[in-house]
Amino acid sequence: MSTALAPAPTKPWKASPKDHLIDFGVFLLAAIVDFLVVSVTPMKGKLAYFFVFFATYLAFTTIRQFILRGSASAKDAFVSSLVAFGAFVTLLPIVSILVTVINKGSKGIHLGLFTHDMSMATPTDPLSNGGLLHAITGTLTLVALALVMSVPIGILTALYLTEIQGRFTRPIRFLVQAMSGVPSIVAGLFILSAVLYPITKSYSGFMGSLALTILMIPTIARTSEEVLRLIPQDLREAGTALGGTQWRTVAMIVLPAARSGLITAMILGVARVAGETAPILLLTGGGDKVNPNAFNGPIGSLPYYIWKSFNAGSPESITRAWAGLLVLLVLVLVFFTLARFLGSRKVAK
Amino acid sequence: MTDSMESENEKMDTSVKPTSLGSVASNAPKRAPGTLAMGRGLEARGIHAWFGKNHVLSDVTLDFAAGTVTALIGPSGCGKSTFIRTMNRMHEFIPGAAMAGEVLLDGKDVYAPGTDVTKIRLQIGMVFQKPNPFPSMTIGQNVLSGLKLAQLKVDNKDDLMEECLERAGLWSEVKDRLNAHGGSLSGGQQQRLCIARALAVRPQVLLMDEPCSALDPGSTLRIEETIRHLSDSMTIIIVTHNMQQAARVSDYTAFFLSDNGPGQMIECAPTSEIFSRPRDKRTENYVTGRFG
Repeated sequence: MSTALAPAPTKPWKASPKDHLIDFGVFLLAAIVDFLVVSVTPMKGKLAYFFVFFATYLAFTTIRQFILRGSASAKDAFVSSLVAFGAFVTLLPIVSILVTVINKGSKGIHLGLFTHDMSMATPTDPLSNGGLLHAITGTLTLVALALVMSVPIGILTALYLTEIQGRFTRPIRFLVQAMSGVPSIVAGLFILSAVLYPITKSYSGFMGSLALTILMIPTIARTSEEVLRLIPQDLREAGTALGGTQWRTVAMIVLPAARSGLITAMILGVARVAGETAPILLLTGGGDKVNPNAFNGPIGSLPYYIWKSFNAGSPESITRAWAGLLVLLVLVLVFFTLARFLGSRKVAK
Repeated sequence: MTDSMESENEKMDTSVKPTSLGSVASNAPKRAPGTLAMGRGLEARGIHAWFGKNHVLSDVTLDFAAGTVTALIGPSGCGKSTFIRTMNRMHEFIPGAAMAGEVLLDGKDVYAPGTDVTKIRLQIGMVFQKPNPFPSMTIGQNVLSGLKLAQLKVDNKDDLMEECLERAGLWSEVKDRLNAHGGSLSGGQQQRLCIARALAVRPQVLLMDEPCSALDPGSTLRIEETIRHLSDSMTIIIVTHNMQQAARVSDYTAFFLSDNGPGQMIECAPTSEIFSRPRDKRTENYVTGRFG
């Protein structure tokens, strides 16, 4: 049998069970030392455990590697642990926020939330009364309107910066970058003083989405520009060499090639503004009733609802606020998933 | 302008002759250079090119007779690619680019004021160094992309697609998966797809900028076969770093060289002469492998 001659495949570079056992031992030792240190010193709380554990684990791993392989390997282990720590520290607040919101918010979730608004309920009513239909529809309306306005402007700006590269490319790029740092309250006050007071003189969803558009354009324009830059120059030349005008080459080749990236740019724009509160408070009026007309009358939205419920102060309304937060988080998550799905789907004939 | 172009295209159709795979282009010139008896050839008259203040190409005059294959050889940076990019006006895409001279297609200067540059590029097609099928399109859509880009109408798209893929030597390999993405092909197949794509708008001249430099020897051979077939119906100018390739596929060879100055055309002659008894010492040094 010729197969008998072949040696069994091994992976000598992988850690052996013994190594794993020692790894676990180091982990356990660090945990025990961590526990002892925290109990004999005045430090207390989860954060103390986390940081002391990290420090002891870091020390033990480094010492172990130093004994086993010398100082170069010890430094390597030290930096690797530091990097892993950085990643965990990033995750910590995210996971913590998610757990808190789910914990507190789920108490206020019931089916009625999605079928009723708050027009017939007061802040001290039991949770089963009223809902946040007005806030969900309001947020969707505001974001959709802002998307309709900011996507064309943002992508056209990106096309100007990457494809046309005219005389104004540099100043426009500079302004777009500067705009992405504009505080949202500034966008809100600008629309308030430039449009709401002198022209429409009334709150409406449209006013809110104008402010959101101002905030979305830089995000969409910058991300789209980055994406369009990644499209190889070769493709543009090939399109032109086939007798296409610049516009047809961009429309038929560059934009389709950049499609998934452009969709990501839109999501980032939506994510930027979906939870935006300051301009919403200034401009939309925040009604308690479902308002299907974005151009007339106050309109509710999730951030406004959360802010208002927390301010009302009763235990019921604070639970309502947490429920609103949970719904807002889920909504943003749905946006992301949907856009990811749309962006990654293959172009099929 | 449009009418004359269409009638040209019709003439093109009838001139497509089937050839057997075994036929090899002889090294005997089909027509002597500089004697353009009839149209559809290309003439470069005193071409200079600059990038910014950098003079990269100086005074190149070359005739490309209809139905011939001309290879441009020479060391890197001698202006070969820049030269062919002035032919179909792709040179002007590079910021800071400038040029002087005339490029005559059917005796008309492609740089004449009022010329529709997109029409010029329809008549002078181009294949690039790196295979670059359009990533958002299927194989079939790639072949027909030129028609959509230039908004041309054809009666039977399927026939045209088959014909172009056949002429590019790719039909038998892709006929069952025309709806697959161009990116799913191998590098050599992708390059032949790019050739098929260039053929679909029925150019009279095909510029090839080192079309095989990114490919393996097997794919190179297939593309050289394709070039020989195509030369029956169109004028081909190919830039290559591979002298054996120049010797295999071309009727004429032009040697370019930059001597610390702008690139120049040192000599152009029937390929067999360039490789056996070049007139210029520098050409001889290059083709015998003494430099470059």
